[in-house]
Amino acid sequence: MLNLLPLTFAAPLLGFILLAFSRSRISENLATVIGVGSVGISALTTLLVGFDFLSNPPEGGSAVITLWQWMSVGSFKPSFALHLDALSLTMLGVITGVGFFIHLFASWYMRGDAGFARFFSYMNLFVASMLFLVLGDNLLFLYFGWEGVGLASYLLIGFWYHDAANGAAARKAFVITRVGDTFMAIALFILFREFGTLNIQELAVLAPAAWPVVNGVGATMATVTALLLLGGAVGKSAQLPLQTWLPDAMAGPTPVSALIHAATMVTAGVYLIARTHAIFDLSPFALQCVGTIGALTLLMAGFIAVMQTDIKKILAYSTMSQIGYMFLAEGVGAYQPAVFHLMTHAFFKALLFLSSGSVILAMHHEQNIFRMGNLRKHIPFIYWCMLIGTLALCAFPLTSGFFSKDAILHEAYLGGHYELWIAGLFGAFLTGVYSFRLIFIVFFGAERWRKAELHGHDDHGAHHGLSPKDEPHGAKTLDHHIPLAVLLVMALIGGFIHLPLDGVLPAAEHAEHGPAWIAYLPIPVSFAGIFVSWFLFLKRPDIPAALASGSVTKLIGQFWKSAFGFDWLYDKLFVKPFVWAANINKNDIADWVIGLIPLTLRGANSLAAATQTGNLRWYAFAAGAGAVGLIAAIALH
Amino acid sequence: MNALNTISAIPMEHGLLLAATLFTVGFFGLLTRRDMLFMLMSLEVMLNAAALAFIVAGSRWANADGQIMFILILTLAAAEASVGLALLISLYRRFKTLDIDAASTMKG
Repeated sequence: MLNLLPLTFAAPLLGFILLAFSRSRISENLATVIGVGSVGISALTTLLVGFDFLSNPPEGGSAVITLWQWMSVGSFKPSFALHLDALSLTMLGVITGVGFFIHLFASWYMRGDAGFARFFSYMNLFVASMLFLVLGDNLLFLYFGWEGVGLASYLLIGFWYHDAANGAAARKAFVITRVGDTFMAIALFILFREFGTLNIQELAVLAPAAWPVVNGVGATMATVTALLLLGGAVGKSAQLPLQTWLPDAMAGPTPVSALIHAATMVTAGVYLIARTHAIFDLSPFALQCVGTIGALTLLMAGFIAVMQTDIKKILAYSTMSQIGYMFLAEGVGAYQPAVFHLMTHAFFKALLFLSSGSVILAMHHEQNIFRMGNLRKHIPFIYWCMLIGTLALCAFPLTSGFFSKDAILHEAYLGGHYELWIAGLFGAFLTGVYSFRLIFIVFFGAERWRKAELHGHDDHGAHHGLSPKDEPHGAKTLDHHIPLAVLLVMALIGGFIHLPLDGVLPAAEHAEHGPAWIAYLPIPVSFAGIFVSWFLFLKRPDIPAALASGSVTKLIGQFWKSAFGFDWLYDKLFVKPFVWAANINKNDIADWVIGLIPLTLRGANSLAAATQTGNLRWYAFAAGAGAVGLIAAIALH
Repeated sequence: MNALNTISAIPMEHGLLLAATLFTVGFFGLLTRRDMLFMLMSLEVMLNAAALAFIVAGSRWANADGQIMFILILTLAAAEASVGLALLISLYRRFKTLDIDAASTMKG
């Protein structure tokens, strides 16, 4: 059964090739069969392989399938080998399983779009790259998938390329993640120079021997390498300070957002740290950085999300915040809860994004939550999907998010990281506020699109948003309902899945277990958040309105709304100086010298062209003069 | 043998001078005329000048090769005239004129 493993990425890769070369010459139905079917095959293969893996665990808890030698340069001989253990199997399940339902939903969402086949070719490439990333047994193979994910995300974020803003968003995502990738590449160089191999399992043995932790202080090289790897993870997972691409990535179609946020892309950073935890464990300082970045990001994203008005941006910041929890968990050494939260987050975030896509289509491409309201009467099924997803996001007891988030907070407390624990708790409170703000504004209250004055001044086009007399209409087809229903169930019960990660990731060992109420504290905290949200946005909407007009509170609100001004700061710090330098440099001497070559050629060309007058007598004269000249030359010689 | 003697009585230089004169007349005719018919006639004159040079040279060395070349040039001139006249007709059909400058559409 394990021999089937290559099929998991071969099927989406084949789907990508077929769709990319067929382009729009095939019908939508055929494109659906290829695009969704390939990921379906991948998911089925994962099921078979996973069942086989769990019923007959291979020796040492992992299996390696070497496909072929990739290259051989001196002592550098990376092979194309797949590494299957409980961690990669978990990721495999999330990517193909959740990915399949997102693809199925996308076949409903994208119907009628001019680039239908193109869309699915990119989606398949995305899934295939992500599978390369999690299956690679050496860091080079992982990096290959890592870059493939970056490429596919660029293509998908800029999918509707007719709008220049989407192209800019795609470029932003590509460039910012490339910054992180550069750090990661340097980390790989260091690892290869020090150990002569990039094989992850070999590194996990060699690194602790070479870089021992002395008195709680890691070796300098270990810290540098871990921090560089962290740089790569931060870029891909949209954490501070490389987080600014994620909200802009909402420019892509909604299923893309679901795929980026749930199954692929942003989870890659969490996976990278978990996969190379042997190196992170050698540097307490780097681990502390991981946890701090996670805590800061989850708080910042929470504050920003409270002020957003775009339904997809709220969800984007909630993803940023939840990834922050995973980083926090990895920072305190709780790798297992981090991967567990990655999985449950994939379930409920995919559910939330797909539901929001459904809401957006029901509202005729309206994304502003302040033009929605009372939608639970119009699209009750979507309301329930959103509600369950949001409850899981807020770690409501017995939903999937509850188990994973509580495990993270508990481990943070037991590990003695009280400041991270408090940050996580406050983040849980914020999560309750911003996520239920979305629910209360969109699904309760007045039907705001009916107020005509809200329309007009910033409407982009006639097809955007509902006009006051329209009714929102929900979808009624199975390709819309099935993915939502399955993800709904998984978001509810996903927390009961036990991941067999013990052999792969270290389990946190704590001498004391702390008071019992610590484990239950997140529950009242989330409830407090939900209550505040209810009070502010449903019971007394005049309070936020009053706050918005107060001078100090207005300033804070603006600051949160503009995502803490990071875009502004980066524009001033990096973009402006770069453009300035590029402007100076565009007339340099090298360009001028190179410019001489075409100039000379162009001059010679116009000279030669001038002789071609099209006048026959001129040609005859030239021939005669040439003959006279030749004869004269011979005679005079 | 008698006829050969008569020609050889004319000095070769005179014959070649006549040929060169005829060639120059033809060449300047070709350069100055704009009517394609006259250009073709100028070409014929130039060909005949070259043929005459062959005859003169052949008689100077009492060699039959010059006359063979004359026959060859005669054939060449006939072929050239047929192709040239065909071109002339198609030029006329296309531009409704025999002015060769009208056909200068291939200028670079």
